[in-house]
Amino acid sequence: MLQLKKLTKTYKTGDQALKAIDLEVPKGQVLALIGPSGAGKSTMIRCINRLVEPSSGEVLLDGVDLARLGSGALRKARREMGMIFQEYALVERLTVMENVLSGRLGFVGFWRSFLRKYPQPDVDEAFRLLDRVGLLHMADKRADELSGGQRQRVGICRALIQNPKLLLVDEPTASLDPKTSRQIMRLITELCRERGLAAIINIHDVALAQMFVPRVVGLRFGEIVFDGPPTGLTSEKLTEIYGEEDWEATIEKVDDSDDIEAAE
Amino acid sequence: MSEMRLEDKLGTAWRKPHFIKNPTLRLGLIAGFIAYMIAAVLTIEVDWGRVYEGLDRGAAFVLAFTSPDFVSRASDIWEGLFESIVMTVAASVVGIAISIPIGLGAARNIAPLPVYVVCRGIVAISRALQEIIVAILLVAIFGFGPLAGFLTLSFATIGFLSKLLAEDIEAMDRVQAEAIKASGARWTQWINYGVQPQVMPRLVGLSMYRIDINFRESAILGLVGAGGIGATLNTAFDRYEYDTAAAILLLIIGIVMALEYLSGVIRARVQ
Repeated sequence: MLQLKKLTKTYKTGDQALKAIDLEVPKGQVLALIGPSGAGKSTMIRCINRLVEPSSGEVLLDGVDLARLGSGALRKARREMGMIFQEYALVERLTVMENVLSGRLGFVGFWRSFLRKYPQPDVDEAFRLLDRVGLLHMADKRADELSGGQRQRVGICRALIQNPKLLLVDEPTASLDPKTSRQIMRLITELCRERGLAAIINIHDVALAQMFVPRVVGLRFGEIVFDGPPTGLTSEKLTEIYGEEDWEATIEKVDDSDDIEAAE
Repeated sequence: MSEMRLEDKLGTAWRKPHFIKNPTLRLGLIAGFIAYMIAAVLTIEVDWGRVYEGLDRGAAFVLAFTSPDFVSRASDIWEGLFESIVMTVAASVVGIAISIPIGLGAARNIAPLPVYVVCRGIVAISRALQEIIVAILLVAIFGFGPLAGFLTLSFATIGFLSKLLAEDIEAMDRVQAEAIKASGARWTQWINYGVQPQVMPRLVGLSMYRIDINFRESAILGLVGAGGIGATLNTAFDRYEYDTAAAILLLIIGIVMALEYLSGVIRARVQ
């Protein structure tokens, strides 16, 4: 469904963040992208929805090359891709509901969005999503009143209300505590399964990635150096991705024993 | 680079490095600054005889504040005050309305380069020309009266508000705006959802502040014939009616303080 062909990004400073990346993500597959800071993970997912302009190469979403779209067509293409951010990126002075509904901006006209008069099906869907992540009672709170985990749930709702084909997830757990991180990862992967969504999840935490996704791609200096199931991540592979370190503690199968977690 | 050894460092004093490393340059600058201050004070010419004579007039002026006369020129005062308030409100509304699009255009992170250059140019011109100079020019074109004052204040508001609004937009959190863009929003929606909520409190605060400034300026502009309470004040001074002048100044101070309090309340609300 998503295909990257020779995707390259060179910044103005001359730094080559991505070196001819080739990658294919089939429909409904959830994939974790791991690698050290500066490996190009963030650049790669931002090149897909063109928050960062790729230098060369193709980004094919259902056969359409996103890298060559004009601004109007790009807007339409962005509606197909939901994005979830590190540090949540909610608009802090807007309410939770406005933040969720902002995922529909690509579908409604300016005056409707300006007057906050969204079509009823959109409003209903927003309520349904908030209920699904357990935040229905927070709908009219301002986003900056929420805790980190709650904000990220709102971020997930905002991405899902677009009804996308693909989720681009940038370090969803980087600013969360370990338990909330697992809950958020579980929520994202569950929702992807429910809706048959493909997702690319940038993640620092290798153990967390291994727990939740069937496929891991390792990036180093803008190149793919690993692509396979999480069980294939051996000590040698991790050294290749991240550099020399004692990896035994990380790859040791993490027990998912604290599954008895409150819904909230 | 030579290896830094712990043993050599232990027991030695530590001081914050000087801002200017070269000691000759540093001491030279300090000495130069002191010499300049002394020379500057010495060049001020004071005619102490004239000061002694002026003390009486100063005293009369200050004493007038103990018996301000609101009554004998009441109709002039209210007329001037009303004119000033109309000028202030109209100039602020028009100025703020024009400042917003120019402020958007003058923010490098959201405007394309040509728009940015034009808007920054407008801001620079507006800020370079002092209100009094603009007022003199506009009085020459439109004649005496509040129209010239209104135009002057609108013009000055644009430079002030656009610049500060643009700077606030440039300092906003990029990711919040990026998230709105990623949903496929159009430019106008992006501004409305991603940018506006971030800069709104500051825009309201600055607008209130500018209304306050405009009112004070309107008192000054009367001195060059641009209408308002300043014209009344000027006349009072010309006639040596210090008690009437005192009444006008007290009114201006009262209104400015009321505006100050009001803007504080509003800013606290929108935060």
